[in-house]
Amino acid sequence: MDIFAQVIIDGLLTGMLYALVAAGLSLIWGVMDVIHFAHGEFLMVAMYLSFWLGFLAGVDPVVSWIASGVFLFIIGALTYRLVISHCIGKSAMPPLLATFGLSLFLKNLCMNRFSPNFRLLQDTLLGGKTVMIGSVVIGLPQLVTGVFSLIMLLALYYLIKKTRLGWAIQATAMDREAAELMGIHTDRIYLLVFGMGGACVGIAGGLMTSYLAVHPEVGSLFGLIAFLIVALGGFGSIPGALVAALIIGLVEALAGFYIAPVFKYVAVFMLYLVVVMVRPKGLFGW
Amino acid sequence: MKTTRFQQRDLVWGALVVMLAALPLIPGVIGNSFRAHVMIMVLLYASMAQSWNIVSGYAGQTSFGHSVFFGIGAYGAGMAVVTYGLTPWPGFLAGALLAAVVAVLISWPCFRLSGHYFAIATFAIVEIFNRLFMVWDWVGGALGLDYPILPDGWVNFVWSQTKVGFYYGALALFVLIFGIVRWIETHRLGYYLRAVREGQETAESLGVNSTAVKLSAMAFSAFLAALCGGFFVQYNYRVDPPMVMSLEMSMKFVLITILGGLGNFWGPLLGAMILIPLQEYTRAYLTVLGSGVDLVIFGLIIVLMMVKQPRGIMGIVTDFRARRRRAGALPDAGA
Repeated sequence: MDIFAQVIIDGLLTGMLYALVAAGLSLIWGVMDVIHFAHGEFLMVAMYLSFWLGFLAGVDPVVSWIASGVFLFIIGALTYRLVISHCIGKSAMPPLLATFGLSLFLKNLCMNRFSPNFRLLQDTLLGGKTVMIGSVVIGLPQLVTGVFSLIMLLALYYLIKKTRLGWAIQATAMDREAAELMGIHTDRIYLLVFGMGGACVGIAGGLMTSYLAVHPEVGSLFGLIAFLIVALGGFGSIPGALVAALIIGLVEALAGFYIAPVFKYVAVFMLYLVVVMVRPKGLFGW
Repeated sequence: MKTTRFQQRDLVWGALVVMLAALPLIPGVIGNSFRAHVMIMVLLYASMAQSWNIVSGYAGQTSFGHSVFFGIGAYGAGMAVVTYGLTPWPGFLAGALLAAVVAVLISWPCFRLSGHYFAIATFAIVEIFNRLFMVWDWVGGALGLDYPILPDGWVNFVWSQTKVGFYYGALALFVLIFGIVRWIETHRLGYYLRAVREGQETAESLGVNSTAVKLSAMAFSAFLAALCGGFFVQYNYRVDPPMVMSLEMSMKFVLITILGGLGNFWGPLLGAMILIPLQEYTRAYLTVLGSGVDLVIFGLIIVLMMVKQPRGIMGIVTDFRARRRRAGALPDAGA
């Protein structure tokens, strides 16, 4: 029973982190209908930034997430301005392939500059510390990251649902031309959405470096899982992304423990396939 | 009018094949050289992209799962040679048939999904296959299959002295796949496919069984992609899961076709003629700058291409023709 509780807690904490990574993708996908293939690589960039800040300047991930959040906001906005705004339109393929090219570029640039080695920050503020609840051991960095991701997600949800900016984003998502006629500068909204998507992974990546090693391939898996979460939750839905992320986190932890570690992602992908066969638009899609 | 255009096109096609077939006869063009390697890769990747073009270009179902079929074909040949000690030929056939069956089984439920959901489902399928093959001992697991040393020739489909054999093998594959697509294009299935792409409901209202049409396109496509996989493993003398069943490999099918021109007969060849030499030459000459530089450049080119001309090279050609036609005054315009 204790082991079961442990696995569940681990799964939920992973899920919370996934939720923040996926929220950025969900926003971009929902508002702009763009499959952002470089999302995972943005996460990798954020992790490298946070790692080097910690390694060279001694800035702890507890602080450097701010820097990586801001940096990835800028990267996201730049990506929109320089690449996406030129190829967005009728077909979904050009932005997808352009971001795939960007992901190849970023991944291999980091491979070339930083070598394929795994790098883990030593002696971080949270690293290695644990909290005991009953007999369940929770890693402090995982706990802080998970809870913080949840807070960020709530803030994002509030922004979308309750502020004038959020309404403008929703209006743009529903009908770009109509929103334009209502005086919404939709190009600027797109820029902002891409930046916010970047900021989400920036924050997640910044926090993660206190317990996860960074390497050039780290983004690929996270990116893929983020895709599954968004599609599972129904695209554009942030509560959907949260629920889907928690489910995926749980399935990953349970399958990894009770079946075999090598099957944890197979179980996750199978789960996705089974769900979309039953609900072709995801759990919360319509 | 229409028939003359078809004849003209087939003439170009025939001339191209004859020219390619004659290339090794000219001394110095193809020996055991790097250029031969690049030529073989161009033909192989053009064939792969064309097989993808059937289902994604003509039928409009964007699949990111073709590396699975490619991989099944590769393992078919690899296991025939390494595990069972046969020639690769029964492996080619078994792999291709199995790939077609798997494609139909996978696609049947997936075709209900629309747009992005279909694409994401195909990503998931690639990852599932990749991870299962990594731990499946019967197919060699993560270590993969390594070929023993075999005598050269068509029986074993290996040549270690010169690349001419592989060149003709790739050319045969190229002629087969482009020929089949040419045939599909001008026959009933091709019209059905395009009808389903342009409007599924409309096509169905005219009596086209859209599911059957899409499934047969998928089966053809997977069968041909698997043959390419079989060739690929023979050429590399080894196979492991990341080499054939990866998202990167799937993306090559997509990229080459889109770069050349989606749903166009010449698109895959044009795309391969540009991307593959670029990839091979940067890989060969830029390694001094460290690993991964070739893919950095490759990535940048893809981004630039999508920003400048999302419809690919055929888009540039169409634009050029349209501009010439608009100029109008030219007597031979619009020929």
